[in-house]
Parts: sequence; C-alpha cells; structure tokens
Amino acid sequence: MHKQLPEEYYKLLHDLQAVDFVLVELNLYLDTHPDDKNAVEQYNHYAHKKQLLKRDFEQQFGPLQGFGNSYSRYPFDWKEAPWPWQV
Amino acid sequence: MWIYEKKLQYPVRVSKCDPHLAKLLIEQYGGADGELAAALRYLNQRYTVPDKVIGVLNDIGTEEFAHLEMIATMVYKLTKDATPEQIEAAGLAPHYADHDKALFYHNAAGVPFTATYIQAKGDPIADLYEDIAAEEKARATYQWLIDLTDDPDIKDSLKFLREREVVHSLRFRECVEILKEEQDSKKIF
Repeated sequence: MHKQLPEEYYKLLHDLQAVDFVLVELNLYLDTHPDDKNAVEQYNHYAHKKQLLKRDFEQQFGPLQGFGNSYSRYPFDWKEAPWPWQV
Repeated sequence: MWIYEKKLQYPVRVSKCDPHLAKLLIEQYGGADGELAAALRYLNQRYTVPDKVIGVLNDIGTEEFAHLEMIATMVYKLTKDATPEQIEAAGLAPHYADHDKALFYHNAAGVPFTATYIQAKGDPIADLYEDIAAEEKARATYQWLIDLTDDPDIKDSLKFLREREVVHSLRFRECVEILKEEQDSKKIF
C-alpha cells in the first residue's frame, strides 16, 4: 500500500506534532484568555517554529496540505506522503 | 473553509490485530458521545452563540475532526489484517455482512449514528451546558475503553484523547463564566 518510510519521517512528524499540540492548546486557551500577552507571544513563537518544521518535512516527504497551502513538485505530489492511517 | 493536514494530531500505534477492540472503539466514532457527534454539535451551534464564545466552538469543533481521524485510524489498523474468522469471533460478522472492513458511523452495539444525539437550542447557556456534559461523557467513555484494553499503544492514544476532553470541558466552563460576566455587566450599566 505504501513504501517503507525512513526513521527520519517519524522523527520529523513527531517534532511537528509536538509543536502543533502546543499551538492547539494555546489557541483554545487564548480563545477564552485573549488578554494574556505572554501566551500570545508563545503562540507567535511556535507559529513561526511550525512553519520551519513544516518546510523541512515537506522538502523530504511531500506536501502536508493541499489547496495551495503547500508547494508541489512536478508531477503533482500531494499523494506522495502517505495518508495518516497508513503509517 | 477547512484545510486538511496530512498527519494525525497524536500518533496512533497498534500492537496487534484486534477486531474485538475495534468493535468497542467504534463507540467513539459513531456513538452518542463520540467524536462525530461532538464535531457536528459544536460546529452547528457556533452560528447562533454570542461573539465572545464563537471561537471556542469553532476551534474545539475543528479539533474533534482530528480526534475522529485518530479513532478511525485505530479501527482501521486493528481490523485491516483480520480474517473473516477473526471478524466473526470478535462479534463483527453483522458489520462485515454489510460493510466488509469499511468503517461506518455506528456505536459499539451497531446502532447507526443519528442527529438526535445532538442539540442546538439557540440558548447559549443551554448549549454550553450540553457541550460540557458531552465532554464529560466522552471522557468517561474513554476511561471505560482504557479499562477494557491491555494494548499499551492504544492505551496511550486513548489517554491523550481522554485528556483533551478534560481541556475542552474546562474551556466550555470558561465560556459560561464569560457569558455570565457579560450578563452581569449589562445589569449594572
């Protein structure tokens, strides 16, 4: 169904999941605490970190997002990275 | 609109083929207190709640779809290598007769999903109390599921989901307080 994935795939995915978890938590927290300046700063810090990790991951394993939110190689490589339930 | 991201919110690993466990986990896929019900409930209520709490309903509703995908991944991985004999021994023959190994929105007892599991009352306090109750019921379900399995990998993913219910419940409780405060300030001025 899918090719064998290198150890690096799982490592980068894990790093991304960790940062994204921080962002989900901060996002929900800030929805009810919009005046917490420190939390907004943390949110922006991790938002930037996410972009860097996303770029690293996508360069090796293909786009994480469709609809123009990630760049594509030729031929269109949206299907290159495996689907989440296949890994 | 929504943007799909090609990754799970939290890793789902499965130690062994276990269709019986899959049969239980489907409760959180198409059951009354499951992730589908949660996502549809919040994303539908968000249109008519006060501006101050729309964000919470929107964002928790969105996160629920990520949880639905985690549950689906567990069910898929637990059943993909099962033989028809294993399916039957797990009590999944009635499911298999209709769906083969495809997932379907029903609960652990095979009752199909229905919109009657969820409500939108148009009254923000009534809706938020329903949402708090929904999170607590889902938390309890995850606890029962954790108690029912000895698969350490599945337990790990289920514990993550259980903790998310706790956080969601807290955020909804804060929404109630925010609306009460707003109501009180209107009375003063």
